[in-house]
Amino acid sequence: MTHWIVLPIIIPAMLASFVILAARYHRDIQRVASVAGTLASLAVSIGLFWQAFDGTLSIYQLGNWAAPFGIVLVADRLATTMLVLTGILAVAVLLYAIGTDWDKRGRHFHALFQFQIMGINGAFLTGDLFNLFVFFEVLLIASYGLMIHGGGAKRLKAGTQYVLYNLLGSTLFLFALGALYAQTGTLNMADLAARVAMIPAEDSAGIRVAAVLLILVFAIKAAIAPVHFWLPSSYAEAPGPVAALFAIMTKVGAYSILRSYTLIFPPDLELTAGLHGWWLLPVGMIGLAIGMIGVLGAWRMDRLVAFSVIGSMGMVTIGISVFTEAGISAGLYYIVHSTLATAALFLIVDLVLSHRGGAGLRLYASMPLPGNAMIAGLFFVAAISMTGLPPLSGFLGKLLILDATYDSPLVVWAWAIILGSSLIAVVGFARAGSIVFWKSRQIAADHDDPRTEMDNVETKPAPVPQSLPVLPVVAIGGLVALIVAHTAFAGPITAHFRATSAQLFDQEPYISVVLGTEGKEIKEGGNALGYKKDKGGKSEEGYGATDEATEDATGAATSGTGEGH
Amino acid sequence: MSLFVIVALPFLGALLPGLMYGAGRKACAGVTLAVTLTALVGLLSRLPEMWRGETLYARVEWLPALGLNVELWLDPLGFFFALLILGIGALIIMYGRHYLSRDDHMGEFFTYLLLFQGAMVGIVLSDNILLLLIFWELTSLSSFLLIGYWKHLPEGRQGARMALTVTGMGGLAMIGGALILGDIAGSYRISDILQAREAIQASPLYTPALILILLGCFTKSAQFPFHFWLPHAMAAPTPVSAYLHSATMVKAGIFLMARLWPALSGTPEWFYLVTGAGLITMVLGAVIALFKHDLKALLAFSTVSHLGLITMLLGTGTAFGVLTAVFHILNHATFKAALFMSAGIVDHEAHTRDIRRLGGLRHLMPVTATIAIIAALSMAGIPLMNGFISKEMMLKEALSTELYGPYWLVPALATFGALFSAAYSFRFIGHTFLGPKRDDYPAHPHDPNPGMWLPPAFLAALVIGIGILPFAVEPFVKFVTGAVLGNVAEVPTYHLAIWHGVNVPLMMSAVAVVGGLILLALHRPFQAGWDAAPRPEAKTIFEAVIAGALSLARVLTGAFHDGAFTRYAAILALTIVAAAGHAWMTGQTAQPMAMGEWPGFAPSAGWVMLVAAAGALVMFHHNRLIALILMGIVGTMVSVGFAFFSAPDLAMTQISVEVVTIILMLLALNFLPDFTPKESTAMQRVFDGGVAVLGGLGAGLLAYHLLTGSAIAPPISGYHLENSYLGGGGTNVVNVILVDFRGFDTFGEIIVLGIAALVIYALTETLLFGPVRARLLNRTPDKPLSGDRHPLMMVVMTRVIMPLALMVGIYIFLRGHNEPGGGFIAGLVVAVAVVMQYMASGFAWASARQRYPYHGIIGSGVLVAGLTGIGAWFTGTEFLTSSFGYVKLPGLEAFEVASALFFDVGVFLAVVGAVMLSLESFSRLARRADMPDSEYPMDIDPSRDTRTEGGA
Repeated sequence: MTHWIVLPIIIPAMLASFVILAARYHRDIQRVASVAGTLASLAVSIGLFWQAFDGTLSIYQLGNWAAPFGIVLVADRLATTMLVLTGILAVAVLLYAIGTDWDKRGRHFHALFQFQIMGINGAFLTGDLFNLFVFFEVLLIASYGLMIHGGGAKRLKAGTQYVLYNLLGSTLFLFALGALYAQTGTLNMADLAARVAMIPAEDSAGIRVAAVLLILVFAIKAAIAPVHFWLPSSYAEAPGPVAALFAIMTKVGAYSILRSYTLIFPPDLELTAGLHGWWLLPVGMIGLAIGMIGVLGAWRMDRLVAFSVIGSMGMVTIGISVFTEAGISAGLYYIVHSTLATAALFLIVDLVLSHRGGAGLRLYASMPLPGNAMIAGLFFVAAISMTGLPPLSGFLGKLLILDATYDSPLVVWAWAIILGSSLIAVVGFARAGSIVFWKSRQIAADHDDPRTEMDNVETKPAPVPQSLPVLPVVAIGGLVALIVAHTAFAGPITAHFRATSAQLFDQEPYISVVLGTEGKEIKEGGNALGYKKDKGGKSEEGYGATDEATEDATGAATSGTGEGH
Repeated sequence: MSLFVIVALPFLGALLPGLMYGAGRKACAGVTLAVTLTALVGLLSRLPEMWRGETLYARVEWLPALGLNVELWLDPLGFFFALLILGIGALIIMYGRHYLSRDDHMGEFFTYLLLFQGAMVGIVLSDNILLLLIFWELTSLSSFLLIGYWKHLPEGRQGARMALTVTGMGGLAMIGGALILGDIAGSYRISDILQAREAIQASPLYTPALILILLGCFTKSAQFPFHFWLPHAMAAPTPVSAYLHSATMVKAGIFLMARLWPALSGTPEWFYLVTGAGLITMVLGAVIALFKHDLKALLAFSTVSHLGLITMLLGTGTAFGVLTAVFHILNHATFKAALFMSAGIVDHEAHTRDIRRLGGLRHLMPVTATIAIIAALSMAGIPLMNGFISKEMMLKEALSTELYGPYWLVPALATFGALFSAAYSFRFIGHTFLGPKRDDYPAHPHDPNPGMWLPPAFLAALVIGIGILPFAVEPFVKFVTGAVLGNVAEVPTYHLAIWHGVNVPLMMSAVAVVGGLILLALHRPFQAGWDAAPRPEAKTIFEAVIAGALSLARVLTGAFHDGAFTRYAAILALTIVAAAGHAWMTGQTAQPMAMGEWPGFAPSAGWVMLVAAAGALVMFHHNRLIALILMGIVGTMVSVGFAFFSAPDLAMTQISVEVVTIILMLLALNFLPDFTPKESTAMQRVFDGGVAVLGGLGAGLLAYHLLTGSAIAPPISGYHLENSYLGGGGTNVVNVILVDFRGFDTFGEIIVLGIAALVIYALTETLLFGPVRARLLNRTPDKPLSGDRHPLMMVVMTRVIMPLALMVGIYIFLRGHNEPGGGFIAGLVVAVAVVMQYMASGFAWASARQRYPYHGIIGSGVLVAGLTGIGAWFTGTEFLTSSFGYVKLPGLEAFEVASALFFDVGVFLAVVGAVMLSLESFSRLARRADMPDSEYPMDIDPSRDTRTEGGA
């Protein structure tokens, strides 16, 4: 029995509670604990990734209860890949937050950060929809805490909208869960897959509604148009490192769509034909267009990056929506890319903010920042990656998605929107970078020249000419280096994602491993209350044996396993 | 040298100038030159193999899933362009070292230049069209950096952005074209695509692919109507203009048309698009060039014109056209680079490039004048210069080309273009170098040091050399032409020579030169007419388009993302209803919607109360207190409902949650006005009401459908009922589910509760140490405060209730596993007991007696729950696996102890801590400086001696 699978959830949870209990007032201990915990989670995640790399599906039955009665965690290629991505991102963000003293600006940063990691890891690992709901709650409330970290009227207002909108999403999740449970009697994903397949076509309406409600929940998390409205303000107003960490949050939604709509409602399921398979591609395109138009129209750098998140989620949606191996692996490649790129951009923007003095992040020229060239260079690279210009991963991801949509009936629209929105994004980013980093040189030159009229420009010199702090630059540089690595090793990475999507489409092993693994052995005897088990309809078969008639199988199920010792 | 090394050298070398910057400008330029020369030598080292007719390949896998691999090849065409790029690159570097001033960061400049060089070499050596795309866009990016090199100049920034936008757009279009081509050919290898001529031209996707590819070529090579960015790119330092905008980057589009010539050319689409665009560009560029006063602008438009000429030649689709194009690419690169460098020298020395302020420079800078005049004469197409020969060939090709309309149209237009070409060349010579010496130059011009004039002089020597001895380069030109033609056509037997006898092209040429001279003589009136004539200014249009797009984007995103939550929520609700409605309509229902049975009087009355309370809430929600009371009613009815459906645990939980929530809300109400203002208009309210009704109806219908149907298989709860005692050691299934079957969910939920409390606390802290604090302190309550803050009766009552409540809490906790109860409910009960003390005697008094900080209680709760789970590891089972057994303590009956009990302790602690921390945080906001905390449990103490205490 290996407990590795549960560790990415338990380590941050235990560390966070330890910090609350014993180190509330000791920033250094918090930092050490937080860094150690994040690194440990990452290390475990890498181990799990390695284990799942060859296609092994490992499961972990919490409380030793067999699925579907208890909760299982499932570590397959997809889940472990997302875990590693989360871990890497968390390390970079944490280093940045420590290096810029962001964690000092409010209470409980590190505890909330660890709980957030716990929620994200849990959402990736769980094999149970209700448990996914619980982890959605954990990450929602922790992210709300992180988002309003440091306070400020605008941030609190944006935070309220964020939490309200997502609570609507949670409510909808409960509706979806209720609808699923009422019609299938289970919430374990593998069991749902098996049972949804049994529903006759003549009675499809209810389950179709459930399928749609569920994907809408995930669409809200993934900020897919037209339910993305919560994102721009909340990401823009969140503290820089928190916004960077949120780069993975939208991917939780994308992950959930991938998981549920390849396993529970696979694309070839007659029952749900003509639903998400039909409208997911158009909404992805709309999201992409809205995002990139928002990039162009943004009047602040942070909003610009926030809209690029919406755009990149549109791209991910387009990739996923074709529901082919090529499409999903393209989407996965893009998920990794956009996580790294948006995180890097948010951190860079935060660095600009902290060095820009009175000008804030508004898009007009101010005096040059200290370390202008360095920040400008990082911004340039990250922006290239984000807008999908060669040679970085954004371009490769775009090619992969273009290639994947080649056979879609909407290919002309998809290509036109993907390529057109790229251009809009290029214009938007070029404009922003040129105003913030280049025009400032002119301001400086004019500033030296006493004859120049200084209209409409912020001439307040940056507060103190300071050099760039080391740790934040290391964090951003690390992310940029990862983007480069994601590009250079695109071959093996896409091969892995091909294997990952192949595993997603091959539902049978998932179902049989999850449902076929025996759990706790129920011992009889020693029964003080004289409670006896019903002896009828028992079977040696495990629950949900596939080759038995439904009645028999469920009869066996209720009698449990391990009868007749 | 390996092809990889040749391509990689400039990229790796790009690191060096930055590093060497500290070592001085000379070292910086030296190392750049060394990198370029090494690559050049490497390239030349492969010439012998290639001359023997071999094509060299090099291949490394990169992204095989897509067919994107690092595949390079070296054929004569690639070699020719690489030679131009590296050769002229070396000259430019020598020139640039002296051109840049001490204020310019040379390391940055050469880094960008090498990046660009590498990208260009990559384009011409790519054997994979996707790889070519990557290098293609890299040239756009590096030229963006180079054009914007002087960041303090607005023209530089705008020109850079314009160039990036236009060429970036073309590159994006090309992505589409390349993917289609690769798909038709079945491979993204260019050498494979070139073999697939028939398949490509027969494909229905040929025309879209061609248009997309040509968009890329035309934008890059500044063909009409995308020619406008090139003159604005002249804001770059002159070495950049000479390199990018005459010899190399703008030739990338030409290169690609030549590269794909065997696969794409020969169709009517190709002919009309390419020849048409080329012809228009040639004439238009030549005409505009004549009227430009800025030397570099003149040269820029002349480049546009010459690029149009080459494009036109490629468009004709004949072998002779290709031969001429190749030859003219070579000639244009030599004379145009020399001209740009000369213009740069003039600018550098005279401090102006305005042709109206120049003249007579041949007296002051004879060397520069000689070089510039040679190069300009070649541009004009004067015999003995290389430009003459290729122009003759172009006119010959034009004679045999028929576009729309009469047969003489193309030759006439070609002659017209050549005429203007001669005119602006003569103007360049005449108005800059000839004429009398002036005395109003902004600086004192003189010949620069040899470092600056040697590179253009070398090129001028080539101009004359090729012009006089064209047969020397003939084998090479034909060699390259053969590579362009592939196996589609034979290389023509035409000989490159100065004299082909008196023929029609010579006549046309003579007309052009003489006409050019006349035009120059009449320049002044023509210029006046040109200046007076209205004409579209590309830059203004472009900027208007960008500004329009920008404001449109602002409106689109600003209007819809303005933070209006009501609209966000309405869109969400409508989306849900629409999507779910669509799913419902397209599905089938087996059982009809039937009415259920009459549930009896009591449930119906409860239902009516629930509906009435909810409806009243809608009516009276502006009064916050009433809204709270109505919500209390709803909550109570829900609890009653749970009880009615035999769920005592849920009912107990719900009722305790209600109590705690109402208390929390009351505290919060303390800081809010009594009434919510009415913010929406009647129309909005009607709309919002409609949305709400739709959503409610949808939810109701769904619920009804689900309740009247049944699950496809028996629900898993059957197993829980079966096994709760034997497997989980408890007869209260709800509790066993909470702490055992699905203890992991509970673990998550207590964390949610804990986090919520922490967030409330953190928020309070931020508020109390922020600007809001002052507002809180200065707040005047809108209602009179109670004169008796801590009433005696209440204090006494709560003290009495406290131990009782604690007992109840412990009892509920302990029975939880077998009877309704458990840690969660117990936690709430205990929390309420403690809250009463706060309410009775005030925050300060109560918290002074509070020994364990609530943070710690939350933390320890989660820790206890987690450690209980981890404890299972030591018995070799999974996290949260429960075990239970019977314990016999002396004096007591045997009783059951389950490990889940400890888990429940964790739940209990977390709940108590979370509730109390939230309440405490709220109370802290209420503390006021003007009201000192009471240190007594109540304000009126009969036993207290008011005289010694100083009065109450």
